[in-house]
Amino acid sequence: IQADGTDGNCVTFVLHDEDHTLGNSLRYMVMKNPDVEFCGYCITHPSESKINFRIQTRGALPAVEPFRKGLNDLMGVCQHVLSTFEGSMKEFRAQK
Amino acid sequence: PPIAPMAARRSVDEMRDRVVLGEFGVRNVSEPAGVTRGARLPQAFRVDVIREEEDTLEFDMVGIDAAIANAFRRILLAEVPTMAVEKVFVYNNTSIVQDEILAHRLGLIPIRADPRLFEYRNQGDQEGTEIDTLQFQLKIKCKRNPQAAKESSDPDELYFNHKVYSKHMTWVPLGNQTDLFPDADFRPVHDDILIALLRPGQEIDVLMHCVKGIGKDHAKFSPVATASYRLLPDITLLQPIEDEAAETLQKCFSPGVIEIQNINGKKVARVANARLDTFSREVFRHEGLKNLVRLARVRNHYIFTVESTGILPPDVLVSEAIKILMGKCQRFLNELDSVPME
Repeated sequence: IQADGTDGNCVTFVLHDEDHTLGNSLRYMVMKNPDVEFCGYCITHPSESKINFRIQTRGALPAVEPFRKGLNDLMGVCQHVLSTFEGSMKEFRAQK
Repeated sequence: PPIAPMAARRSVDEMRDRVVLGEFGVRNVSEPAGVTRGARLPQAFRVDVIREEEDTLEFDMVGIDAAIANAFRRILLAEVPTMAVEKVFVYNNTSIVQDEILAHRLGLIPIRADPRLFEYRNQGDQEGTEIDTLQFQLKIKCKRNPQAAKESSDPDELYFNHKVYSKHMTWVPLGNQTDLFPDADFRPVHDDILIALLRPGQEIDVLMHCVKGIGKDHAKFSPVATASYRLLPDITLLQPIEDEAAETLQKCFSPGVIEIQNINGKKVARVANARLDTFSREVFRHEGLKNLVRLARVRNHYIFTVESTGILPPDVLVSEAIKILMGKCQRFLNELDSVPME
């Protein structure tokens, strides 16, 4: 992971060994944050496995914050999905 | 024509949660921007398991977004690890099948071994240790059958061992693997995969190393036969459809989608089960019917179908995929915390 930006509010993170799998879902989670003015990702070249993930915040919030929050939110979503899925599997098996 | 306020609100709602299939294209593909700002996932999310067979699992995820559903699908296909044959040491191969073709075929055979019990092999490590490698041996020789009848031309009768199946692969424990895995029985998932054909005098004697890998590296490591999702179909009849038109309508959709009821002596069509439809859009070929039906998909209702190759049961695969996505997030969170951002 490398960061590169003019000031703390607009940062482009370079995430190595990642692709649309994490890029798109992380972008979705970060976009839900009302402090984020711009969020996007792109794959620099299909032969290289890395993505440029850019976050611009409105106001004085450092861009690392929405990034961190997005990662935490995504983990929370996954946890919720996991527990719901396992609960449903148990229920399904119990009623068979 | 002017739209009444109720209808206007309905069309905004429609835009928000239905993807509409028009005659020549699909409308409302992306969710309107800004709609989901600040909205949290947990409220309406649920998972319903529809069908579970030995290797197939069909379940619904409702209330999730395309980005995350797609992430799970991508991880199921390419990033859930399995064990597969990677290195083949050929001691003797006098069969018709070339060494590299044989090695390729052996690599594609699914191996029944829980990948969570093993580690990845370190890069550059040629030998392989007992915690990251499974060793299999395939040693088979084809002989002529002396008792065969003179005129028979059936290879099953004439030769012994002329068909090499995956059941001929035997596990050779490395190091302390017999102690680590006392009840384990590592073998290919299917016994009847034909690997090669032999004739008398030909033999195959190879030693194979299985390692842990992911589908991104080589498709042989993919744990699913396939994993896919579709959105729940939603068929609405904009006007009542009767008699002959009802019959035609029923034929336009997959069986079971439209049912015909007898109300006051007239045949009236009703949408019975839109889920079964495969959306062939046959309706749009009938001038009289195409404006009376609205074909749409529910935007956040995903019907997942996961077919496993047999290495791990499909529900375990889905759980592992979700954990892998969590692992990726955790990895970046750890990096963020450890490396100071300048």
